[in-house]
Amino acid sequence: MKYVQLVLANLGRHKLRSILTIASVALALFLFASLRSVTTTMAAAAQFGGARRLVTLNATGLVFPLPLAYGNRIKAMPGVTGLSWANWFGGRYGDGKNFFANFAVDAESYLALYPEIVMPADQKQAFLQDRTGAIIGDRLISQFGWKLGQNVTLQGTIFQGDWTFKIDGVYHPTDPAIGDNVLIFHHDYFDERIGRAGIAGWYIVEIDDPAHAPQIAKAIDDLFRNSSSPTKTGTEREFQATFATMWGNVSFLMSTIGLAVVFAILLVTANAMMMSARERTGEIAVLKTVGFSDRLLFTLVMVEAGALALTGAAIGLGGATLLYPAIKFNGAGFLPGFKVATSTLIIGALVALGLMLASGLVPALRAARLPIVQALRKVE
Amino acid sequence: MIPIAYNVRSVVQRPVSTALTALGVGLVVAVFIGMLALANGFSAALAKTGSSRNVLVLRKGADSELSSGLGRDVSSIVAADPHVATGADGRPLVSPEVYVLIPLAKSFDTTQIANVVARGISDQAWQVRNNVTVTAGQKPTSGRPEVCVGSRLTKRFPHTGIGQTLHFAGRDWSVTCHFTAAGSAFESEIWGENEQFMPVFRGEVFQSITFRLKDPGSFAEAQRALQADKRMTVDAHRESEFYAQQSQLLGRILSFLAVMITGIMAVGAVFGAINTMYAAIASRAPEIGVLLTLGFRPWTVLVSFLAESAFIAAIGGLLGCLFSLPLNGIVTSTTNWSSFSEIAFSFRVTPALLLVGLVFAVVMGIVGGFFPALRAARLQVVQALR
Repeated sequence: MKYVQLVLANLGRHKLRSILTIASVALALFLFASLRSVTTTMAAAAQFGGARRLVTLNATGLVFPLPLAYGNRIKAMPGVTGLSWANWFGGRYGDGKNFFANFAVDAESYLALYPEIVMPADQKQAFLQDRTGAIIGDRLISQFGWKLGQNVTLQGTIFQGDWTFKIDGVYHPTDPAIGDNVLIFHHDYFDERIGRAGIAGWYIVEIDDPAHAPQIAKAIDDLFRNSSSPTKTGTEREFQATFATMWGNVSFLMSTIGLAVVFAILLVTANAMMMSARERTGEIAVLKTVGFSDRLLFTLVMVEAGALALTGAAIGLGGATLLYPAIKFNGAGFLPGFKVATSTLIIGALVALGLMLASGLVPALRAARLPIVQALRKVE
Repeated sequence: MIPIAYNVRSVVQRPVSTALTALGVGLVVAVFIGMLALANGFSAALAKTGSSRNVLVLRKGADSELSSGLGRDVSSIVAADPHVATGADGRPLVSPEVYVLIPLAKSFDTTQIANVVARGISDQAWQVRNNVTVTAGQKPTSGRPEVCVGSRLTKRFPHTGIGQTLHFAGRDWSVTCHFTAAGSAFESEIWGENEQFMPVFRGEVFQSITFRLKDPGSFAEAQRALQADKRMTVDAHRESEFYAQQSQLLGRILSFLAVMITGIMAVGAVFGAINTMYAAIASRAPEIGVLLTLGFRPWTVLVSFLAESAFIAAIGGLLGCLFSLPLNGIVTSTTNWSSFSEIAFSFRVTPALLLVGLVFAVVMGIVGGFFPALRAARLQVVQALR
């Protein structure tokens, strides 16, 4: 422990240099953590989905509705324990610059199928009894400064006209993939206003046992195979995963950039650390003369490099971990539940150790192997 | 002035340190150029999609073709408008179109499904959109279930070769031709006849009507006339502006990311450069003392060290440009969230972008070198020479 003072004194000699080195390591690892979190958050969203929930869509494509009449036929199938349906609304609020998702659902059954949507019982009751009411995620209420009980008007882009809803409740999703920036309203009211077209965008099917999912999905699709609107049924997780794949190679790009960033800054930092170690040849010779062993000097130089790298890493990784939840970052709605995963922290710590080795090993070896006589010749 | 040769030689004297710093700066510049090339390529693909001579008519309030719907009556009203150009055969250059998304499995991984645009067009569409050219095969024959596939799709999706059969909307469609559209988003679409697509998709409804203006300057007039027409409720957009606006959301995200990421990277790299230059100056204090004794003014020492720092950074900038060049032309794809469809586009590394990258590097060098150079200039001769 008595050597801690020595290491600290060495670090404090060029305060500016130590601070800049720590800052650049911190920035590198902050960026690394941020970029990798984009990938892990997208992967986590793709993993979302109740094991007992299936989603039935029109086989022709996402934008084609299914007849509302399918509901009763699906419900009557063996193994199906619950059913709800929803329709994408795509309304625009204000100038449309702040986009958020909004859709019509069969409220009672939908809320029963999604226990992840949590709100006070009285608000839920008020929503179920108010045909033109809506519930919203808690992010929306702070984003737009709305109040409970207020009327909100959306302009329909797919279904024309002004649609006014009373905010009956504010929910908080226990699973970030549900989205806290969504407006949900009654499908029955929606259906009435579009002239009882009797359409549902998708069905959510609750089944008795996750193990039966493949058979039930196939049975549903077989039932409608020769109808006007054939269906495509899959688990909710598969449904979510298709959204994740829509990003294309974005996660690959993010990881590549992350690597380049880390590598670039580490190169520069390691270089600076090695250069500063080289200046101290004379000092090390003096320490050796006084009786410091080769091994001890090796350790001291490595500890110094490690102190710089690990402090920087702690600031960078810790900063990223704390910053994103604090500002409720969600990537403009595209990355719900954005957070730095534990695996990212571990990899970041390993990168810092790697930096310590890369920047400390050469000077430390030189220090350990330094012949005293030769080194002292250079001292003034 | 201290000759530049002095700096060049000093730099060459310590090759490892110079190479490491230059490489670091180079990677920062490469990422910078790469990300802007991505944003550039995406915006370019969509910007080129529309023509300023074309007008796109959507239902009022619809912000994309997907959410629009127009009846046949609207199509005839638009076709009869006096602002519409007429083709060589005397027919109006109007294409009422069906626009839908269909799920297609990708070639390399059939579990990956992409939403591809299927566009039902009229015969005139090939003239309305004059940047579209059929590269191989014959255009679909009217009345037959035939489609023409955009060139960006052919490599990424199976069954898109000429003579092969695509299956969607519960029917088989034979592929009779491939087309290019000057790198625009149309190249990521499948085109068929609108009368064929209508019954299998959404019934008797078009999503958009595109026509060519007789007089390119008369857009405002045509827009007023169409939107004031009491028989229909439509919005008329200039086609080029419409597609540019479609690219705004993702284009903005990409540019924002580019600036954010490279901004943070640049700060880190500048910190590193400052350290390197401080260390370089500390180890060359006697040299600087000699220079000052010889009678060089402190400010020339400052300029000299700034030049040295800028020189190292410029080497890095050149390296970065070299690293980013192979990116040019690489095709990538993502979903355009404004239209929900998948669109393929290529990285575009332009000379202007390379120049910006180089300037960026030199600026990093000068910023990183300034304080160390200032210290060099302020050295006391006696102290430095000790």
